[in-house]
Order: sequence, then structure tokens, then C-alpha cells
Amino acid sequence: MGAAGYWLYKHRRRPGDEEKLAKPTPHSTAIEVFWSVGPLLACIGLFHWGVVSYMNMRVAPGDSVQVQVRARKWAWEFEYANGKITDQLYAPVNKPVRLIMTSQDVIHSFFIPDFRVKQDVVPGRYSTLWFQATEAGTYQVFCAEYCGDSHSNMLSKVVVLPPAEYDAKVNEDDTKGVPLVDIGKKVYEGKACNSCHSLDGSPRVGPSFKGLWGKTEALADGSSVTVDENYIRESILNPNAKIAKGFQPVMPTFQGSLKDRHIEGFIEFLKAQK
Amino acid sequence: MATTDIAVPAAHDEPKRGLSYLEITSGLKSWLLTIDHKRIGLMYLGSVIFAFFLGGVFALLLRAELLTPGKTFVDAKTYNQFFTLHGTIMVFLFIVPAIPAALGNFFLPIQVGAIDVAFPRLNLASFYIYLLGAFVAIYSIITGSVDTGWTFYAPYSTETDTNVIPMVAGAFIMGFSSILTGVNFVVTVHKLRAPGVTWGRLSLFIWSLYATSIIQILATPVLAITLALLIMERAVGIGIFDPKMGGDPIMFQHFFWFYSHPAVYIMILPGMGVISELVATFCRKKIFGYKAVALSSIGLALVSFLVWGHHLFVSGQSEFATIAFSFLTFLVGIPSSIKVINWTMTMYEASIDLKTPMLYALAFIWNFMIGGLTGIFLGVLSVDVHLHDTYFVIAHFHYVMMGGTAMAFVGGLVYWWPKMTGRMVDERLGRVSWALIFLGFNLTFFVQFIMGARGMPRRYYNYLDQFQKFHQFSTVGSWVLGLGFLVLLYALVQSLRSGVKATSNPWHSLALEWQSPSPPPLENFEAPVVVTHGPYDYHLVKTTNT
Ligand SMILES: [Cu+2]
Repeated sequence: MGAAGYWLYKHRRRPGDEEKLAKPTPHSTAIEVFWSVGPLLACIGLFHWGVVSYMNMRVAPGDSVQVQVRARKWAWEFEYANGKITDQLYAPVNKPVRLIMTSQDVIHSFFIPDFRVKQDVVPGRYSTLWFQATEAGTYQVFCAEYCGDSHSNMLSKVVVLPPAEYDAKVNEDDTKGVPLVDIGKKVYEGKACNSCHSLDGSPRVGPSFKGLWGKTEALADGSSVTVDENYIRESILNPNAKIAKGFQPVMPTFQGSLKDRHIEGFIEFLKAQK
Repeated sequence: MATTDIAVPAAHDEPKRGLSYLEITSGLKSWLLTIDHKRIGLMYLGSVIFAFFLGGVFALLLRAELLTPGKTFVDAKTYNQFFTLHGTIMVFLFIVPAIPAALGNFFLPIQVGAIDVAFPRLNLASFYIYLLGAFVAIYSIITGSVDTGWTFYAPYSTETDTNVIPMVAGAFIMGFSSILTGVNFVVTVHKLRAPGVTWGRLSLFIWSLYATSIIQILATPVLAITLALLIMERAVGIGIFDPKMGGDPIMFQHFFWFYSHPAVYIMILPGMGVISELVATFCRKKIFGYKAVALSSIGLALVSFLVWGHHLFVSGQSEFATIAFSFLTFLVGIPSSIKVINWTMTMYEASIDLKTPMLYALAFIWNFMIGGLTGIFLGVLSVDVHLHDTYFVIAHFHYVMMGGTAMAFVGGLVYWWPKMTGRMVDERLGRVSWALIFLGFNLTFFVQFIMGARGMPRRYYNYLDQFQKFHQFSTVGSWVLGLGFLVLLYALVQSLRSGVKATSNPWHSLALEWQSPSPPPLENFEAPVVVTHGPYDYHLVKTTNT
């Protein structure tokens, strides 16, 4: 590039040589071999390094900790071997962690920039990814495959903990001794209900929760329903059974990812949104 | 080797001439029903310039929205529509037809010494098919818009509540225009070369259009099938991409990129052809390694069909396929670097005239070199895993498409403008526009490499605070870039209104189109052409002061 710039300057057309013509540059085998073979060797080297490091990235060690990952618009959910479900990924330091991931709606992509890993998360199949964190700390997770309105809010964190803290975290019962309404608030934020349901009365993808409790809600099929415990439970587990008028049937089910106590907490939280 | 001496016509012995193609008939009907390839080329030119400004407005809007994280002035859904419309308009309405259908239509027949393309009526039909597709696409924008990204990935595109079907139908229709233009060009090059225009004397612009036409004919039908399947999936739920019905969303990506990767070469090859013309004319020198440059176009066309899988490195395709596609992707580097090296070698010890078109050619070479080198990063598997779907990829393909093809388009436009309109573009305004565009482009996109390498994902409405300074820098760059294009537009309008009248050969080129009057007569040349030398044989010219 430097050479090109120099030639450009040296051989710029000066006034007075409008008719000056250049001779074709003669063919030089030595130079051609030099600039063909040099880059070729560099490319083969790069390709080889890329393949070797890629294969290391794809094949997880046999003793990895396995975590199930579920993606849905627009939140991540992590389930550990003991059935514990979290909204952030907890990982032990210096141990390989293998993620088995699937999506419940469109394609997402699980991306941890700090670990240089990324893998698409596709509906109807499992994809995998593994990493080994060498330092305790908190690391950003992005969704990297465009998935709609709140794509850019589909974030999470990897929390890397020393082994003892990790075990304690994965085995703790985070609903025990916590007031129901606080559990509900955690569900509202952690399951990303907030990306579609506001608390201030403004409709988003779904109806706002403000003043919803006890209201008679008009449905898309023309009937209506009173917002009570059973309607809320049904809407969480089978969201498309009754669609509020003016909204699309796009909500994913939370069957299996919320325990009864979470749902009860959520109902209490909803009652508090007056 | 030099047995023929070529005389370059000097400015004072302008050939005597009759009416030009612009004067011979007039009235709206004489344009709308014309079968003259030059007028059709001009109508394409007007359309693609309009599309470019429309797509550019969406680009400026989305960059402005990214000044702050979260809401700056529109909501997320509107932002998602901005980037979708920017991409769709720029790809399908501007960059695919820009050089072949506008500049190619005008100059391919002239450069082979023909009166018109092989099938003039089909050529007009292609134009109207393009217009129809464009109107259907614009109808979709007005009636609810689209928020899928220009890639229309399933199952998002089959589920979103925006108006996907007309947009996809528009792209489907425009594909036929592309195929028919390709057929027309291939037949023209084979059948209508004037006496003396041997394959070895074809301009490199024609070689690149020929290679492009082959891709258009072979790859575009696959896009048509893919888009038709998507429409059926959305309209009647055939389930081919829907896992709930046994379909596979990754298959859509394979289908889509089987066209859209070759399409990248539909977009860049004609630009490379233009650059070869500019470099030869403004260096007044035979292109170094003519044969290698010509064949590298064909080489790129062939290799382009074998690398679509590099868009799917993190999609979950098999590791074996991924490694094979990575290897094939490296092959693309060979013909691309042949071209860059040969342009550079042509400049070596040449007499370089830094007129506006040549400045655009240098901008192309600079930007394309950055675009190409960053492409190597993306070809290396483990590096791509990190960079995929980040701003690094955005910057990479803008360096090739915008920094490359769009620069070549503008360079070619200013270069051939005197031939097309009979008037010169003001050199001073041309240089100002070049400086603003080149600077603005690099300000806008270089910083996106850094952002992407630090993990900023693409298509993000909201972002982490740590990225704000990069986004703001990039947005300010987009304003400089936008201003540059406004200056250029002003320069073109000013040229039409009061530009200096062009001589037949203002750049003292040896290429065939400059041996005819500016603007050319309806039949392109005053008398049937017999060609005795190649378009770059400057070393054969006999002059007084060498
Ligand atoms: Cu997502």
C-alpha cells in the first residue's frame, strides 16, 4: 500500500504531459512468484490455525458440567442438572461447561464476547457450545441473531463463581422465605415479561399490567373474561387459549419453566399493579 | 508486436455528426416505448439513483437513532424497519442493477461496436419488470413495512406481523429482470461483436459484465424459488421451514445464501470492471496482466457458487461442511488479489491523471483492500465465530459494497457522464464530493470494525453504554458521507443545466465508446465500426512528444 501511494505521487500527471504514454510494465516471473506464493503460504497457515482452534471450540471435554439453555422472545433461561432454573447462567470457575440449547420460537444466537464463543439457537433442534472460564466474574451475554422488537434487550450474564459458591447457588431454593409479591417481581423481570407488558398503562406487544387485575377483558373472539387467578394461570401456561382484543397470539408458553410458587407470586405481583 | 499505429483524435478534429440519440425523437412516449439500449440505460440510471437516495435516507435515519442507547427519536419496531428497508432497497433496487443495468446497458453494446443489445424489446421488458418489482416493494413499505432484515430469515419472517409478502414478491419479480438482462448481455457479447473486436480485445468492463451475467442467469432462479417458498409458507403454511411441521429453518439460510453469496459477486464484479476502465484511461497504460484480470472475473464467478456456507458457520451446520466452506472461501482471495495487484502494477511508472473518476477508482482500491483483508479474518473459522453477526461484518461488507461497488458506480458515472449526456461534470465539485464521500465513508465504517471486535452485535436498537462513543463517531461520519452525496447530486444537476459541452473523447481514451460522438447517435457510431486495436493499447499510439 505504501508502494502504491509512492508510485501515485511520483507518477502523477504533471501539466504539459497530457500526451505522455506509459509503456506496459514488463512481466517479471520472480516478482509474480514472490507475491503469489508468499500470501498463499500465509493463507494456508491461517486456514490451518482456524480449523484447529475451531475444532477445539466445537468438541467439549467429557467431564463438562451440562446446562440446558432455552431461548424465547426475549429472554434466556438456564436449567441445571438438579432442575433449578435461573435467568443468568451460573458457572464454576476452571471447569468446562457445556450448554445444550434450543429455541421455543424463532432463531436466536447465544454470544459471550469475552469468551469468544457464539452459537445459533434454533427451534426444533439442539445446538451446543462449551467454554471454560478461568476467572471468577460477571460476563455479558448477547442475543446475536435478529429476533424482533426487543432483540437488543435479549441480554443476560454469565456469573462465574468459585466451586463452593457455585454449588451453593445452584442448590439454593430462592423462593423459600421470600414474600410472594417479591417472587412475582423477580419473575416479571427475569422472564422478560417486561419487554411486552408495561406497568405504566402503555400497551406494548401485549396488554399493560397496570390496573389489569379484576378487570373484564374483551377477547379477540368477541367474548370477554374477568382477570382472576385462573385466567392468569392459564395465560402463563397456555397463552394462546384466550387472546386479548387488539393483540397478536405471539406469547410463548412458560409451562415447565415456572413452579407453582412462582405463578402464585406472579399473581400477587399483578394484584399490586393498580 | 507494434505494427499498427493508432492516432488519438485531438480535441480540434471533432468528427462531423448528425443528431444524437437524445435529439432524434422527443416526447414522453419516445422514452417509455424506446428500444434504444442507451435510453433504457438512462431510465435505469434515474431509477437506481432514486433508489440509492431512498436507501440512503433510511441509512441516515438509523444512524441518527443510534446516537443514544434506547430511544433517540423512534421506537424499536420503527428502527427495525429502517435497517430492513435500508438493506432491501440498497441490495435489490440499487446495487444489483446499478452498474450492469444502468452503465452496462449503455456501454456494453457500444464497447463491442454493436448498434444495440441482442434483444432490444426484451431489454425494455426487463426494465418494466424491474419497475414493477420496485413498485410492489414500495407498496409493501407504505402498507405496513417489513422488519425482518433484508435476509428474511425464517421462521421470524413467517411469523412477524409486518407486510413481508409484497416485499418478498417485489424481490422475486426484480429477479426476473436480472435474469433477462443477463441473457441479453451474454448473447450480445457472443453474437454482436463488430469486426476486429476479438475476445482478447474486449474491455475488462465487458469481461466483468459477462461473468456477472453468468451468475445472474444461474443463481437468480434459486432466489426466486426460495422467495416463492417463503411466500407459500407465510400465506398457506406449507411448513418447509417450520420445525413444528417437520421443516427446517436452516434450510432457508442454505437456499437464501446459495443465491445471495453469488449475488455478492453480481454486486462487486461490475464495479471491478469499471475500475479497470478508469485505471487504464487515467494511467494511459495497458492494464497489467489483461488476461489474468479478465479470467479472474470468470474465476470469481465460478468460486462464488461454492462458498455460501460461510454465512452459516455458527448456524449448526456440520463441522465438516464448515471446514470445507472455510477452505473454499480462502480461494476467493486469489482472483480478488490478482485484480488489486494488477491495478496497482498498472499505476507503476504510469502517467496518472488524478481526475475525479480516477480519484473514485483509488477510493475503490483502498476500501476494497480493507474490505478484502477483513474478509480473511472472517474466513478463519474460530475468528468468525466471535465476529459473526457483529458490527465487524457490517463494516466488512460496507467496505466492499459501499466503499467498493458504490465508489465504482460513482466513478463510472462521472467518467461516462460526458458520453451519456454530452456535458462535463464540474471537476472542482467532483473533487469536493469525492473528498467528502471518501472521508465520510471511512469515518462511518472504520470504527465499526473496532465496535464489532469488541462484541457489539448487529441489528441492535439498544446497546451498552461502552459502545456509545463508537456509535456517535460513526453517525457523525454518516453526515459527512450524506453531504458528499448531496454535493455530487448538485454537481450532476449543475452539469445537466449548464455544464461545459463535452468533446467526443475528453479523457483521451483509446476505448471504443470514446471514438463515437458525445452523446452518440442512435446507431452508436456514425459509420460501421472496424476495430484494429484493443481498448488499452496505449503503447501502440504514435504521438509527437514521446
Ligand atoms: Cu434473540
